[in-house]
Amino acid sequence: MGIEFRGVSKTYADGTVAVTDFSCTVPSHSTLALVGSSGSGKTTLMRMVNRMVDPSAGTVLIDERDVRELDKVALRRSIGYVPQAGGLLPHRRVVDNVATVPVLTGTSRRTARADALDLLARVGLDPALGRRFPSQLSGGQQQRVAVARALAADPHILLMDEPFGAVDPIVRRDLQDQLAELQAELGKTIVLVTHDIDEAFRLGDQVVILRTGGVVAQTGTPQQILAEPADDFVRDFVGADRAERRLTTTEVDGRRIVVDGDGRPVGVLA
Amino acid sequence: MSLFGDALAWILDGGHWGGPTGIDTRLWQHLAVTFAAVALAAAVAIPLGVLIGHTGRGRLVVVATAGAVRAVPTLGLLTLLGLWLGIGLTAPLLALVVLAFPSLLAGAYAGVESADRGAVDAARSLGMSEWQLVLRVELPLGAAVVIGGLRAATLQVVATATLAAYLSDTGLGRYLFAGLKSRDYPQMLAGALLVAALALLLDVALAFVQRACRGPAPLAPSDAAPEAAPAKG
Repeated sequence: MGIEFRGVSKTYADGTVAVTDFSCTVPSHSTLALVGSSGSGKTTLMRMVNRMVDPSAGTVLIDERDVRELDKVALRRSIGYVPQAGGLLPHRRVVDNVATVPVLTGTSRRTARADALDLLARVGLDPALGRRFPSQLSGGQQQRVAVARALAADPHILLMDEPFGAVDPIVRRDLQDQLAELQAELGKTIVLVTHDIDEAFRLGDQVVILRTGGVVAQTGTPQQILAEPADDFVRDFVGADRAERRLTTTEVDGRRIVVDGDGRPVGVLA
Repeated sequence: MSLFGDALAWILDGGHWGGPTGIDTRLWQHLAVTFAAVALAAAVAIPLGVLIGHTGRGRLVVVATAGAVRAVPTLGLLTLLGLWLGIGLTAPLLALVVLAFPSLLAGAYAGVESADRGAVDAARSLGMSEWQLVLRVELPLGAAVVIGGLRAATLQVVATATLAAYLSDTGLGRYLFAGLKSRDYPQMLAGALLVAALALLLDVALAFVQRACRGPAPLAPSDAAPEAAPAKG
C-alpha cells in the first residue's frame, strides 16, 4: 500500500503551526523516516495517516483513497501502530496486549492468543513472557511487545512513533537490527518518526528532514542527504562535518584501515 | 456498670433481636437505605463523571457545583425535603443521594482521568472506539480511584443514614432517636456503636475491593527476564 501526503498543513487551535504544505509519496513496501527535533511536526504528520490528527488543509491518501472517506476506527485497526515508549495496556497480560486488534476485529480470543505467542517469538521474545504484565518487562522487551502488537492484524502499513527512543543505545541498536530484519521479510509500508538521524539513515529508504513548523529541509535517500546536504541546517543536523562521519583510509601492514576525523580506527576496508 | 458496658449488654440482650424493631431488622433496613442511596447517586454520578473524565469537558462547572453541594448540611436539607415531601423514606433517601453524589462524581472523573494517557492514546490509535476506550482501558485503569469514591460515599451515607429515622421508622437511627427521647442512653449508645461497626465493616470490605483493583505489582529486578531472549523466529 502506498501513502501520499498531498499539500497537508496543520495549525492547532492555539495557533501553533505544526506542518506547512507538506507533500510526499511513500511507495508500497518502503520505509519513510520523518526526522527532526521536537516541534518539527513529524509526529503530527505520522498521525495524519491513521486520522489521529486531521490536516487543516490538504489530503492524505492511502492507495489513492482520501483517508477522510474512511471510518476512523476501521482505518486505525487496519494500520499497525507502535507508540512512543510502548504504550502497552498495563492491566492486560502481554499476550492479550499483542492480541488487542485481532480481538477487536472479531477473532476469537483463543486464536488471537495463539497467534500472539507466535508473534512474540518472531520479535525475539520468549513466548513464556506472554503471561506477564507489561510492568514486569524491561523497556526493550516492552518495545518488542509493542512491535508484535502492531503486526498482529497483519497490516500493510506500520506507523512507528519514536519506537526506540526510550531504551538505552545498545538495546536500541538491537531493536533496529531486528526491525530491519523483519522488514526485509515482511515488506510493510512504514512511516517512522525519530529524532535520531542515525536511526533514520539505518531504517529509512527515504528520509525527510523537517525544520520547526513542519517545513521540509531536505528529502532524499540517506546516501543523497549525506552526500549533498541541501543547506547548513541539514549539514548540521546529519552531522556531515562531525569527525565520525569524515572517514579516511590509511595503510597498516598492507591492509587498508578506515579511520574517522579524530584518527580513531573504525574498520578495515574489505 | 459503665454506660459503655450497658450499651454492649443492650446489644447482646436477646430480647432486642428479632421482630419488626429488632436489631437484625434495623441493620438490614440501614444497609438497604445505604445501598439504595449510593446506588441511585451512582447511577447518575458515575456516568457523568466518566463523561467528564473521558472528554475533559465541563470539568470546571461540574466540579464547582459538586463542591458547593458538598457544603449543603444534610440535616438542613432533610428538614427542607421533609417539609415538602412529608413523613416517609423519600425525603431522607433524597438527602442521602445528595450527600453521596459529590464523592462518587469526583471518584469517577478522577479515576478516568488518571488512566495512563500514553496507554489511552495507544489504544485509540490501535482502533478502539470511544466506548471501548472507556470500558476496556480507562475504567479498568481508574477502577481503584472510582472505588475510592464509592468507598467515601458509602462511609458518609452509612453514618448519615441514621437520619432516615428522623422522618420514618427505618434503620439504626431509631435507637438513637428513641434513646434520646426516653433518656435511655445505653440504647442510644448501642445504636451509635452498631452504626460505627457497620461503617467499619463496609469500609474494610471496599478497601479490599479497591486494593484488588490496583493491578499487578512489578516483579523484583532479579526476577525480570534477561534483555535478549534465545527464541527467534
